[in-house]
Amino acid sequence: MAAAKRALPWLASLRPISSAAAGSFPKQVKIVEVGPRDGLQNEKNIVPTQVKISLINMLSETGLPVIEATSFVSPKWVPQMADHTEVLQGIQKFPGVSYPVLTPNLKGFQAALAAGAKEVSIFGAASELFTKKNINCSIEESLQKFSEVMHAARASSIPVRGYVSCVLGCPYEGKIAPAKVAEVSKKMYSMGCYEISLGDTIGVGTPGSMKEMLSAVMKEVPLGALAVHCHDTYGQALANTLVALQMGVSVVDSSVAGLGGCPYAQGASGNVATEDLVYMLHGLGIHTGVDLPKLMEAGVFICKVLNRKTSSKVAQASCRL
Amino acid sequence: MGTVPSALKHCLSYQHLLKEQLWIGEPAAPPSPHAGEEFQISGLPEYVKIVEVGPRDGLQNEKVTVPTDIKIELINRLSKAGLSVIEATSFVSSKWVPQIAAGATEVSVFGAASESFSKMNINCSIEESIEKFEEVTKSARNMNIPVRGYVSCALGCPYEGNIIPAKVANVSKQLYSMGCYEISLGDTIGVGTPGSMKKMLEAVMKEIPLSALAVHCHDTYGQALANILTAIQMGVGVVDSAVAGLGGCPYAKGATGNVATEDVIYMLNGLGINTGVNLYKVMEAGNFICTALNKKTNSKVAQASFSV
Repeated sequence: MAAAKRALPWLASLRPISSAAAGSFPKQVKIVEVGPRDGLQNEKNIVPTQVKISLINMLSETGLPVIEATSFVSPKWVPQMADHTEVLQGIQKFPGVSYPVLTPNLKGFQAALAAGAKEVSIFGAASELFTKKNINCSIEESLQKFSEVMHAARASSIPVRGYVSCVLGCPYEGKIAPAKVAEVSKKMYSMGCYEISLGDTIGVGTPGSMKEMLSAVMKEVPLGALAVHCHDTYGQALANTLVALQMGVSVVDSSVAGLGGCPYAQGASGNVATEDLVYMLHGLGIHTGVDLPKLMEAGVFICKVLNRKTSSKVAQASCRL
Repeated sequence: MGTVPSALKHCLSYQHLLKEQLWIGEPAAPPSPHAGEEFQISGLPEYVKIVEVGPRDGLQNEKVTVPTDIKIELINRLSKAGLSVIEATSFVSSKWVPQIAAGATEVSVFGAASESFSKMNINCSIEESIEKFEEVTKSARNMNIPVRGYVSCALGCPYEGNIIPAKVANVSKQLYSMGCYEISLGDTIGVGTPGSMKKMLEAVMKEIPLSALAVHCHDTYGQALANILTAIQMGVGVVDSAVAGLGGCPYAKGATGNVATEDVIYMLNGLGINTGVNLYKVMEAGNFICTALNKKTNSKVAQASFSV
C-alpha cells in the first residue's frame, strides 16, 4: 500500500477504509450447533437422556443444518456423555440435518459407527502443553492417533470434522503463534478432515488476534473448509466472529443459550449463544435458515431443565417478565 | 472443548494468567515494519477516546441509590485509571442553565431520532426539543462551556421500531450546527447490528465530520462490541461505555444496557489501539462499585478475571 501511495500520489488523499467495512460478507452462513455436546458437557448437572433427545429434536425443528449430538468418549472422563448411544439412536434424524459426534479415538469411532453415526469429529490443539494436559501426549502423537480414526472413517465413507483448540491463546502456554495454528490445521486438513473448526478455547482472542491467526491459516487451508468456534469468556465472541466473516469464513459454531461455561475460569461464560449469533447474522442480511423464535424456545426449555439462567442476551432481552 | 474433564483445574488461574501473561490485558505490540502496511490498510484509528458514562448513565439506571461519597470515590478511581472523560452530568433543560454557572465544565443535551421517543421522554416533538437545546447551547457557549449532543434511538426505537438513517443524520446535523462539539449516536435499546450500524453511520457521515462522532452502544442483545468494531472500522474514534456495564435497560426488564468499559478496552488493546486507559484499574473500579451496589458485574472480562 505504501509503495502504491508513492507511485500514485492521489491515493494518499483517500481516506483509508478497511475493505472489511466496505461490507463483503458471505451471503449465507452455516451454523454448527454444539449445545447438546460442547454445551452440556460443561454443565454441572447431569441431564437425563430423554431431555437431551428432546433438546436435539427441538433444535432440529429450528432449521439448524448441523447439530453436534454427543461424544463417544469414556464415561469415566465425561459422565455427561455416558448415554451417547441412546441419544444418537433416540433422536429424530431430520432430512438435510447432520448430527456429528465426537470420537477421540478408534474405539470411540467404532462405537459411534455401530450406533449409526454418519459424521464424526476429532479434536486437535495448537498447544503442546494443552495436548499434554488434555490427552497426555504431544501434538504429533495425537495426530498419529487421529490418523487411525481417519483411516477407519475413510473406509466407511464417514466425513470427519477437525477441531483445533487454543487457536488464540492457551490456558497453559499463553500466547499461541498463528503459524502453529496453521501448521496443525494443515495437517488435519491433509489427513482428510473436510472442515477445520478453529477454537478460541479460553475466549481470550480479540478481532486483532483473530485476523492475524486467520491470515496465517488461510494460506494453508481453503477458506471454504474453515469454521470459527469463539468462546465469549471475555465478551469478544461476536466481534471475533464478525472479523472472521469479513475475511470470508462462512461456518460458525455456537451453543443454544450459550450453554457450557468455561472449565478454566469458574463462573465465567464459555460458548457464544446461538441466539445472539443468529440475531447478528440476520441483522447483516446473512441467510442462516434458522428460525430465531423456535431457537429461543429450545433455549428456554433447556435452561428450565438445567435450572439456570440463559447466557443469551437476546433471550434475556426478549423475556419480558 | 474436546474431552476436557470438568475437574481439570491444574492450569494457571486467571489472576496468575493476567499477572504473568500481561499480553492479555495490554495493547498488542506495535506491528513489525512489514506487517505495518497491513495494519495501515485496515484503516483503524490509532487512538480511541473512551467516554465513561458509568457514574451518570450507569448509576441513573441502577435500582439502588448510591451515596454521594461512593459516587465520588468511583469517579476518582476511574480518573486514576486514565479515563479522560467521565460523565457526571445529568439531563439539562433550559431551567438548569443557572447550574452551569455553578461550576459544571461541560453539559450534554439529549435529542432523539424518533418523534415518539421524544414525546414520551421529554414531552415535545423533535423540532421543539431542538429549539430548547439551542437556548441551552447558546448560553453554554457564551460561558465557553462545551456541549455534547446525544441522539437516542439511532438504530431503533422502543415505540416506533425501525428508524431511518436519514432521520438520524438530520437530527445529528442540527445538534452539530447549533454548536455541539461532539455527537454521540446512541443505540438506546441495543437492537442494532453491524448491518444497521454501518447504514446509519454512512448517512450521518455525510453530514458531520467523522472526528465529531461517537457511538454509544447498548449491549441488550449482545451486539455492542460487534457494533463498536464496525464503527471503528469506519473511522469513528470516540466510544461511550460504562464501567462494569452499569445501568440496565429501562425498556426490557432484567436485560443489560450499557456496554462494559472493561470489555471495550480489552478489545481495543487486542486491536493495538491506544486508549490511555489502564484496564486493571478500571476492573478494580468496577469491582469497587459492584461491591457497593451489591450486584454482579456485567463485564465479561471482569467475570473471567475475578473468578475464584
